Amino acid sequence: MIEARNLSKAFGPIEAVKDLSFEIREGEVVGLLGPNGAGKSTTIKMLTGYLTPTTGTVKVAELDTSRDIQSIRRRIGYMPQDIPLYEDMVVLDYLHFISDIRQIPAASRREKIKEVAERCSIEKVITQSIGTLSSGYKQRVGLAQALIHNPDILILDEPTSDLDPNQIVEIRNLIKEIGKEKTVIVSSHILSEVQATCGRVMIISEGKLVADGSPDELLAQERSDNIVHITFQGIGPDEGLEAVSRIDGVAKVKAAAEGRFIVEAKTGQDVRADLFHLAVARQWVILEMRTEQISLEDVFRKLTMN
Amino acid sequence: MNKLKNILTVFKREFLSFFNSPVAYIVITAFLLFSGWLFFQQFFLMGQASMRPFFGLIPILFIFFAPAITMRLIAEERKTKTISLLMTLPLGNAEIILGKFLAAVALLGVGLLLTLPYALTVASVGVLDWGPVWGGYFGALLMGAAYLAVGMFCTSLTSNQIVAFILGLGICFVFFIIDKILMFLPEKLATAFEYLSVDYHFHNIARGVIDLRDMVFYLSFISAFIIYSIYAIQREDWR
Ligand SMILES: Nc1ncnc2c1ncn2[C@@H]1O[C@H](COP(=O)(O)OP(=O)(O)O)[C@@H](O)[C@H]1O
Ligand SMILES: [Mg+2]
Repeated sequence: MIEARNLSKAFGPIEAVKDLSFEIREGEVVGLLGPNGAGKSTTIKMLTGYLTPTTGTVKVAELDTSRDIQSIRRRIGYMPQDIPLYEDMVVLDYLHFISDIRQIPAASRREKIKEVAERCSIEKVITQSIGTLSSGYKQRVGLAQALIHNPDILILDEPTSDLDPNQIVEIRNLIKEIGKEKTVIVSSHILSEVQATCGRVMIISEGKLVADGSPDELLAQERSDNIVHITFQGIGPDEGLEAVSRIDGVAKVKAAAEGRFIVEAKTGQDVRADLFHLAVARQWVILEMRTEQISLEDVFRKLTMN
Repeated sequence: MNKLKNILTVFKREFLSFFNSPVAYIVITAFLLFSGWLFFQQFFLMGQASMRPFFGLIPILFIFFAPAITMRLIAEERKTKTISLLMTLPLGNAEIILGKFLAAVALLGVGLLLTLPYALTVASVGVLDWGPVWGGYFGALLMGAAYLAVGMFCTSLTSNQIVAFILGLGICFVFFIIDKILMFLPEKLATAFEYLSVDYHFHNIARGVIDLRDMVFYLSFISAFIIYSIYAIQREDWR
């Protein structure tokens, strides 16, 4: 559905996006994740044809953004970051304006507007001027604007920034629901955001794609089954180190406080059974044994901090 | 067909939004105050039932009012970033520029329409020859559109309304003054400069003479600045 090839964008000396390539299939819900300034918005702006790539190409539904941008735009619903809306307009007039441009026939227009207003829960404010709305409502008007023509592709740039937790949950649910039938791209600098809604996460750091996969895949990639934390009751560091390091599969051991040891196994080896047998042989009591738990948060931090 | 519809959609939104902000009211009120005050001052001095003095003022007044109308059209959309939404809708750049330009022309037209009572006042105290009056209004609208096209170009260059205004004022002034420095120039050049003067063509039309050359001048002048504007928003690498 969307295919980016060797995409780069430079603003003078600033290289905002560097040689980005990815493909998004129809129906995928993709989270574009990265810290502030990573190049998410710039990437999205190139997908919508707002910015021209310095080098590289973008294809949407087999069409090239450099040639068929208007046909592409008809199939995209886009909500830019910081929801720039005409503050002086009444919500309803604004939706009529968008419907005009989106060529929604007059006959079905009222119905379409009503439907999208309901979906985004903005019926209450529909006669209000956009400038008077709270940021939560503005965000939802921005969403309504992006959804009104029932686009195949929905692109939302940081849709939940400045929302309170309840509103975040609402928007997330809406994204999930839309994602059942549409291709959706959501950008965020907050991991939990994309983890909750997206089947696939692309992590961008300093303009480069550093990871791409489902949340589970990313976890698996970085999982460290080979690190075991073990605590023996009343065993001193020297005694423990000496015994554990003698196990065949152990690459490294470190002693922590109060009988705790951090054991790193050689790649592909599981030393948990050996540790158990060691404890039995020496009649040590194991208080705790666990493999290191890594969260997606850790993966994100590891990949985006240099 | 769709293009026309899009132009109309942009036009409608822009025209209504003039009235959502104080800009339209301020510009129109100031225009009416200045033109009315200056005109009636001269009118009572001359004691002639003619709108000539009024149309004599228009080229100077429009140097200020045209850029004041256009200054926000693109610059403000850049500042508030609404342009990123506008330009990712299935709208051509030409449709955006033309819609906005026509809205500005319409607003100027409203301003001119509101000066009709001046002509009616004049007609009530003497015998007014309406031919030159209609010619004057038609010429004023054309000349105003030419200034507005300049203003449109200036607002397309920046995200700062004040910059757009001052730049527009400067360029309009150049095209106004250009035939008034003729005496310092060799004759060949003088004719060329005269042809470039917005004011010169206006006076031809305001005399009631509709000459093809004047029309061609205005239409090509407007087209040129509209095309520059379309190019100016082509690369939208603003934040
Ligand atoms: N129009 C621009 N001119 C100059 N630099 C820009 C422009 N837009 C973005 N940048 C720079 O490009 C980098 C990426 O920005 P952006 O794509 O907005 O990041 P993100 O959306 O991930 O926070 C930043 O360093 C930013 O300062
Ligand atoms: Mg961003």
